[in-house]
Amino acid sequence: MGKTIVDKIWESHIVSEIENGPSVLYIDRHFIHEVTSPQAFSGLDKRGLPVFRPGNTFATCDHNVPTKDQEKPIRDESSRIPVEKLAQNTQKHGISYFPLGHKNNGVVHIIGPELGLTQCGMTIVCGDSHTSTHGALGNIAFGIGTSEVEMVLATQTLLQKKPKQMLIKVEGALASGVCSKDIILYIISKLGTSSGTGYFVEFSGSTISALSMEERMTICNMSIEMGARGGIIAPDEVTIEYLEGREFSPKGENWKTMSRQWLSLKSDEDAHFDVVHIFNAEEIEPMITYGTNPGMGIPIGSRVPLITKESSQEASFMKSIEYMGFEMGERLIGKAIDYVFIGSCTNGRIEDFRAFASIVKGRKKSPDVVAWLVPGSKRVEGQIEKEGLGDILREAGFEIREPGCSACLGMNEDKVPAGKYAVSTSNRNFEGRQGPGARTILAGPYVAAAAAVTGVITDPREFL
Amino acid sequence: MSFEKFEVRVSTIKVLPLENIDTDQIIPARFLKTTTREGFGDNLFYDWRYNSDGSKNESFVINSVDNGAKFLVAGRNFGCGSSREHAAWALYDYGFRAVISSFFADIFRNNALNNGLLPVQVSDEFLSKIFSEADSDINAQIEINLKERSVKILSTGEYELFPIDDYKQSCLINGYDDIDFLCALKNKVEDFENRR
Ligand code: SF4
Repeated sequence: MGKTIVDKIWESHIVSEIENGPSVLYIDRHFIHEVTSPQAFSGLDKRGLPVFRPGNTFATCDHNVPTKDQEKPIRDESSRIPVEKLAQNTQKHGISYFPLGHKNNGVVHIIGPELGLTQCGMTIVCGDSHTSTHGALGNIAFGIGTSEVEMVLATQTLLQKKPKQMLIKVEGALASGVCSKDIILYIISKLGTSSGTGYFVEFSGSTISALSMEERMTICNMSIEMGARGGIIAPDEVTIEYLEGREFSPKGENWKTMSRQWLSLKSDEDAHFDVVHIFNAEEIEPMITYGTNPGMGIPIGSRVPLITKESSQEASFMKSIEYMGFEMGERLIGKAIDYVFIGSCTNGRIEDFRAFASIVKGRKKSPDVVAWLVPGSKRVEGQIEKEGLGDILREAGFEIREPGCSACLGMNEDKVPAGKYAVSTSNRNFEGRQGPGARTILAGPYVAAAAAVTGVITDPREFL
Repeated sequence: MSFEKFEVRVSTIKVLPLENIDTDQIIPARFLKTTTREGFGDNLFYDWRYNSDGSKNESFVINSVDNGAKFLVAGRNFGCGSSREHAAWALYDYGFRAVISSFFADIFRNNALNNGLLPVQVSDEFLSKIFSEADSDINAQIEINLKERSVKILSTGEYELFPIDDYKQSCLINGYDDIDFLCALKNKVEDFENRR
């Protein structure tokens, strides 16, 4: 029987295997940030261990950094300390670090691909669940906990059980006004937030192949929201074109050999998947969420569903709807919102800002909306200005902040107040994710832009 | 990180019959700024445990039930969301030694196992039985036998077996973690690097 792309990459990274237990998996690339690494470094210190392969780890600070005045010292002490620790730890162990203000700084899952540190066929980990993003470039990438960060620092390996495998095919052309965020919100709304638990998901099909590299990243990014360990898309011309010439991409002869090798990396025709799902792209509309997990998504024009199930399911559903202040059967179009957040490793790349700008161009930000426009990286920030998007956005009354995770998880000052509604291009609408009591409505950049100019939930297709 | 050995334990339980309890609920992001592993228990389930004015939410199980429970019982898909190991640290620091649910998110399961917190996966039916047992008796006791991989409702004697691989089982029984194991393999890692 043939092998899947995950089989192939996995098998080529096995150092050894434990009987009836996990495999020792070699890790090619390790990304770290300030929030989930300090305890790992202190663990190493306690054991008196050095970092085994410092050249394989790259560090950035992103999770709790301010998105204004980054050139000044971080005012909030509790945010400053983890960032300082990261600087000390990386310096002590000889790890490359992109501090605030550095041209390579940004959200960890944005900068990896952007710098060409993320490449095809690799094993990639980071102490952050959205490490799944990197899989869009055809590698095995997954989030790990801090103890595992310590393991990678100490040994460049991890003990891992091989996940089961799922294939999700999306076929057909996307309607105009529909973006890749809508595809993944649609898939999760159909399959549920735990459907992928225990699986690695390969995405394929004509719809996926037609997506740009950045759009693919949005899909793989949110594969974790269906519970999957990670998502992967086999490398093709789009991937190779994206990687060519990036700062850390292979160069010269090496590039030629590697890119040829990468292009041949794919699942065999007769490969076995434990589960296969097929979706029709033509059925997908702009999506929004109405509840407190990313599986609670609906096409923007439809109603909050009715539920009549039993026990804990019903209790969870009702708790969620109450938290959001919505009613079953209610239509969300036209509902007033208070905040708009565009950013995060899901939709904080240049194409997202282009999409956002395409709608707000020539219009004005609603006076009732507070908008946070947060580029995913220093490079994205620079590109926004280079392309003149900055002027369009400022003209429309928006302000562009500095890179970071920002309101995606509300660890810095960018918190949505209790009871307020935020249309957010991030990935999680959990209770309190964007601040205690905050009500998050997940959507793509078009929906966010339409809401930002009207102040209410609006179908972006009206503006096309 | 070392933790207490786990073999057979009997304890009362606290129950949270909700599905999809995510790690942002277990420990909200704003409490992740500490750079040590200790002290997270005070902020466990913070936004459910305390009202917005900082007073205790007396109806929440952590506050309303005082039975010294070392086991938490929760609905399907426990620990979904972020990879923050702080969730496992917070549960352990609070005093929990096992979480019983019918389904665990992957990263949470690994994090728990790496910190001596046992994820016990049971069937939906058995989970409902535990919930109703707790409904009728706030001090209902559960026995978890890690060697036998069994979980039992003591009053009725009903039990189920739960999955855990041999390697992790022996780690928990002996209180040791993966790093020691992996460090002993460094030669193999170097060989691997040389041959690729
Ligand atoms: S942007 Fe959000 S999801 Fe992405 S790494 Fe930052 S906190 Fe995590």
